[in-house]
Amino acid sequence: MSVAFLAQFCTTIRKPPQAVPAVPAVPAVPAVPCYHGLMESASAASDAAFQARIEAGVKIEPKDAMPEAYRKTLIRQISQHAHSEIVGQLPEGNWISRAPTLQRKAILLAKVQDEAGHGLYLYCAAETLGVSRDQLIAELLSGKAKYSSIFNYPTLTWADIGAIGWLVDGAAIMNQIPLCRCSYGPYARAMVRICKEESFHQRQGFDILLALSRGSAAQKAMAQDALNRWWWPSLMMFGPPDEQSAHSAQSMAWKIKLISNDGLRQKFVDQTVPQAEYLGLRVPDPALKWNPERGHYDIGPIAWEEFNAVIRGQGPCNHERLAARRQAHEDGAWVREAALAYAAKHQKQDAVA
Amino acid sequence: MSAVRDWPLWEVFIRSQHGVAHKHVGSLHAASAEAALCAARDVYTRRHEGVSIWVVPSAAITASSPGEREPLFEPANNKVYRHPGFFQVPPEVKNL
Repeated sequence: MSVAFLAQFCTTIRKPPQAVPAVPAVPAVPAVPCYHGLMESASAASDAAFQARIEAGVKIEPKDAMPEAYRKTLIRQISQHAHSEIVGQLPEGNWISRAPTLQRKAILLAKVQDEAGHGLYLYCAAETLGVSRDQLIAELLSGKAKYSSIFNYPTLTWADIGAIGWLVDGAAIMNQIPLCRCSYGPYARAMVRICKEESFHQRQGFDILLALSRGSAAQKAMAQDALNRWWWPSLMMFGPPDEQSAHSAQSMAWKIKLISNDGLRQKFVDQTVPQAEYLGLRVPDPALKWNPERGHYDIGPIAWEEFNAVIRGQGPCNHERLAARRQAHEDGAWVREAALAYAAKHQKQDAVA
Repeated sequence: MSAVRDWPLWEVFIRSQHGVAHKHVGSLHAASAEAALCAARDVYTRRHEGVSIWVVPSAAITASSPGEREPLFEPANNKVYRHPGFFQVPPEVKNL
């Protein structure tokens, strides 16, 4: 019988039992007095052991030894992901007050609240790697940190809210489901929660477009226009083609990226095209064609110069998005300060009482 | 940009239904315990995930270190007799 499960009952033991002379003399490392403590740094010699652990499918946890490059790459990846969730609220927030019905409004509110929640799960996961929330926010607001370039496109009509849910969240789900199995425990656990919630987002988007595409000619045209504008940026969300993807090989070895950019993009196209057909909408790609030999859709060339320009800050809304975040952060400063002052005052009063 | 220090970090534990233990679900920043409880409700129970919430200052948690894994947990491995399956029970003997 396996006794591995016993370990979970032993987490409160502070000292090993006395009668175990056979245990090799591992120097006892004093417990770091915080769950979110800085982890031990790994020497180059232990990198191989680390890689072996990853290949054995053992999750890496916050205080485990890890190569510095793994830690840095993960901080970049998780924080970019968190920033994307936060900035991603802005294009949709634009339509909360203009949703066509009260029910659509309530649903959109719940969806945008989820995005805030996803940002918070991810910031916390990033913080377990020894970076502070303040640092992460400062890097977003200074423009140093990136977020998903798709959120630099404007939401011009209500149909755009449908297209974001269906396509952008659909693409995000495709990216995120494999990450539920990634090697870093806190990130994988955050992704599990997020994926459960994203499926609501994708369906509410499809539902918006379904209503429009079954509506008047003007409503159907609005849905088509949204698909025309969001299709290509959604395909770009999977990142550059595999042969140009800068960090892919190492990230895949570390299992913080599990499927290649092109592989995920293909999967997305294959599952989305039939959905567009159901809606009676035309995918804006004249080269799009089912390839029976490959068993996949072939697509036309992607305008990577546009993707790169948006990443460089030349998208339609880059400036507006960051300005809105900075404004919100500055406007909220007094609240953050007041809450701390209030908590300190009450702590003092409790101490006196 | 303000220079206000970060709100303290709290670990959040949720009892998902009556009769089961609270389980760690994540963490969040909040100025006070009460605020942490409110935030935990919004962040971690938007879909009926819980019937009870605990928040604990992260700094108050003492955790075992990965380096202690062997001395802590290895002793359990060579005491398989703690499991009832270790013992051979004669087939004639019932209710044991």
